[in-house]
Amino acid sequence: MLVFLIRRTSQSVLVLLIMSLLVFVGVYAIGNPVDILISPEADQAEIERVIQSLGLDRPIWEQYWIFLVHAVQGDLGNSFVYNQPALQLILERMPATLELAFAAIIISIVLGIPLGMIAGLRPDAWYSRMIMSVSILGFSLPTFWVGLMMIMVFAVMIGWLPASGRGDTVDLFGVPVSFLTWDGLQHLLLPAINLGLFKISLVIRLTRAGMRENLLMDYVKFAYAKGLSSSRVIFLHVLKNILVPIVTVVGLELGNVIAFAVVTESIFAWPGMGKLLIDSIGLLDRPIVVAYLLITVLMFIIINLVVDILYSVLDPRVRLGEMKS
Amino acid sequence: MRKPLGILTVVAAVALMGSAQAADLTIGVKSEPNSMDPHYHNLSPNNMLAAAVFDKLVLQDEVQNKVPGLAESWEQLAPDAWQFNLRKDVTWHDGSPFTATDVEFTLGRAGNVPNSPSSFALYTKVIKGVEIVDDHTIILKTEGPFPLMVDYMSGVVIVSKKHGEGATTQDYNSGKAMVGTGPFKFAEWVPGDRIVYERNTDYWGSVPAWDKVIVKPISNESARTAALLAGDVDFIDFPATTDIPTLKKNSDVQISEIGSNRMIYLHIDSDRDESPFVADLEGNKMQKNPLKDARVRRAISLAINREAIAARVMEGLAVPAGQLMPPTVYATVPEIKPDPFDLEKAKELLQEAGWGDGFSLTIHGPNDRYVNDAKIAQAIAQMLTKAGIKTAVETMPKNVYFGKASALEFSLMLVGWASGSGEPSNPLRALLHTYDKEKGMGTTNRGRYSNPKMDNLVDTAMSAPTREEWAKLTQEATKVAMGDLGIIPIHYQVNVWAMRNGIDYKARADEYTLIQSIIPAM
Repeated sequence: MLVFLIRRTSQSVLVLLIMSLLVFVGVYAIGNPVDILISPEADQAEIERVIQSLGLDRPIWEQYWIFLVHAVQGDLGNSFVYNQPALQLILERMPATLELAFAAIIISIVLGIPLGMIAGLRPDAWYSRMIMSVSILGFSLPTFWVGLMMIMVFAVMIGWLPASGRGDTVDLFGVPVSFLTWDGLQHLLLPAINLGLFKISLVIRLTRAGMRENLLMDYVKFAYAKGLSSSRVIFLHVLKNILVPIVTVVGLELGNVIAFAVVTESIFAWPGMGKLLIDSIGLLDRPIVVAYLLITVLMFIIINLVVDILYSVLDPRVRLGEMKS
Repeated sequence: MRKPLGILTVVAAVALMGSAQAADLTIGVKSEPNSMDPHYHNLSPNNMLAAAVFDKLVLQDEVQNKVPGLAESWEQLAPDAWQFNLRKDVTWHDGSPFTATDVEFTLGRAGNVPNSPSSFALYTKVIKGVEIVDDHTIILKTEGPFPLMVDYMSGVVIVSKKHGEGATTQDYNSGKAMVGTGPFKFAEWVPGDRIVYERNTDYWGSVPAWDKVIVKPISNESARTAALLAGDVDFIDFPATTDIPTLKKNSDVQISEIGSNRMIYLHIDSDRDESPFVADLEGNKMQKNPLKDARVRRAISLAINREAIAARVMEGLAVPAGQLMPPTVYATVPEIKPDPFDLEKAKELLQEAGWGDGFSLTIHGPNDRYVNDAKIAQAIAQMLTKAGIKTAVETMPKNVYFGKASALEFSLMLVGWASGSGEPSNPLRALLHTYDKEKGMGTTNRGRYSNPKMDNLVDTAMSAPTREEWAKLTQEATKVAMGDLGIIPIHYQVNVWAMRNGIDYKARADEYTLIQSIIPAM
């Protein structure tokens, strides 16, 4: 276990370093943020002052070196646009995104696994076919379009749910959350379904495939032969066996949902960090883009680690020490 | 007798509460400010919301005419000295009186906010001296004559010395220093979600009708329109042009619109012998740049069907342009009309200039900056191709586009310009004056148009002893620049706001969404 962790950590540091370099150079190559930030009416002296105050007059390798030195001390730089620490800006908006992402993942598990099991148990029934057809829609329709349609139907035409925003929040351990208020919950529902739609379909398909495969296995036949009830066979033995791939995929998808909820966040005006990222790319606000992607990489590293540990819990045959990290 | 009275009181109280509830206003805006500090970033989303909490010495009305604000009157004592007489009945939100020392403090702060991505020094650095005559009289002195002090003072909000001294941008963001004289008091800012204002019942002007105004940033235009239709918000700015016909048909919603002071124009590489995207018809580079010839530029202008662009591409939300600002603005030249669409004349001029066989060109434009920008570039390319100039189109996101445009990497580019101070010498100085780093002129002259006669007129205008003389010289300079077509104006945008019935908005030519201008319908 310890060897595994040490190996993982050293690899992670390398990945973070490469990532920061790529993003740094990438954003630099797009253009100069001052061209976008400055009032078009400003004169040449003012433009030079801004370039200097943002440190953009130095050569790129020097800028990167300054960034690294500060980063090691935990300072990822100040946003060009907001003049506030990039890390703080991202962390401020993180709770909203996390809440949305977890809501989406919970919806996908709560809906996806039972529906997938039904479809796997009775693959030829009309309702199973329907579940599968609808899940194809979930895969293939663009999030953007579905989001707007949901707003049109549920907010504009029927008027059940609000069209956008986050609604009332209450503090839970000092973090503002909206799922504890009725108004907040109403605001959360549409974006969470929108974000989770693709994941629901994914979980349905994974569960169904797992069910179909496992039901034919010897251990299932043996269990039935032993006289176990079918509910015990399915919910205890089969379910446990099909969970391993689902946990892997849901784990990775969670990372995706947190890091790239951009589309849903901008359609529903959800005040999360995805919107901050997209705005920052638009304005070439390099400190935020770099900090954001570093946090993302870090998050994926942690999620992978947790997934690996979960494996060993779900499947006793897996030994972490032997894993090639 | 007592009991019924009690019930009546309760009923009345409930009714009053109901009306108080109804007097809250929620609006959806396209862009969120990046700071509450009114002097941090000279940028429209910041400036328009700052105007709710803070006032300026001089205000701009709906069409950018200058009207009294915190200064009830002003006079030019000498060519280099302006006296502003301040209102005596103004108090800050904390009750302390507004005086000339606040103005002096503001003029020191506005251009010097640390790490400002674009500062207000633009408006304040002409001021070389401030003299406080008494609590309500202040004299601003410049180095040499300066005719535009009133226009410049309509660009800077006045902050309180008491709360602003030593205050950082962060202090304004948190609300600590957000004490103004404006019609609204600042209540809270939750970045990305909402900004909340409460009305200032002691406002010196007309007190707002709304108890509370909640501003929600909704950047996606379809989502913004949907939020209005769903009743989440009462008012939105910048609805998509494609949604406007639907909104106009909807009986619950109304539209408020006005011709904008934003000009969409073509900047032309007219100074170099070799231009990066000009070639002969086979695509070979040429030693000669046809765009240097004023006749070729006129031909391009005549080949563009502005009416068609306004009607089809812009769905009626544009007014064809012939000069830098709409001819209703002070110091413009009313007799300059937009060039008519005249393909024959265009071909004739090309022939005359020796380019009768045509040449090839690429027009560049942004695709996420102005209303329908990419579509306009495409339409223009087709029109020029018909006139014999084989034109290709390339559009790109604004974060890539503007850097390249300023680095002179293009030959013909689609750009927009809106004058913050609302006067036409501003685009003359920035877009058409010869690029001159020392003088701070021609900063955004991305075509490097240069005409010494025009430069001279503009320079003289800027040091004219009076605003009237400045206006005359500015008009002369405009005539020269438009005679040469240093830039080719295409159209002025039309600004649109949409709102639920029962609300009215005084549409503004400067694109600002001012929450104090949103009023209950009569």
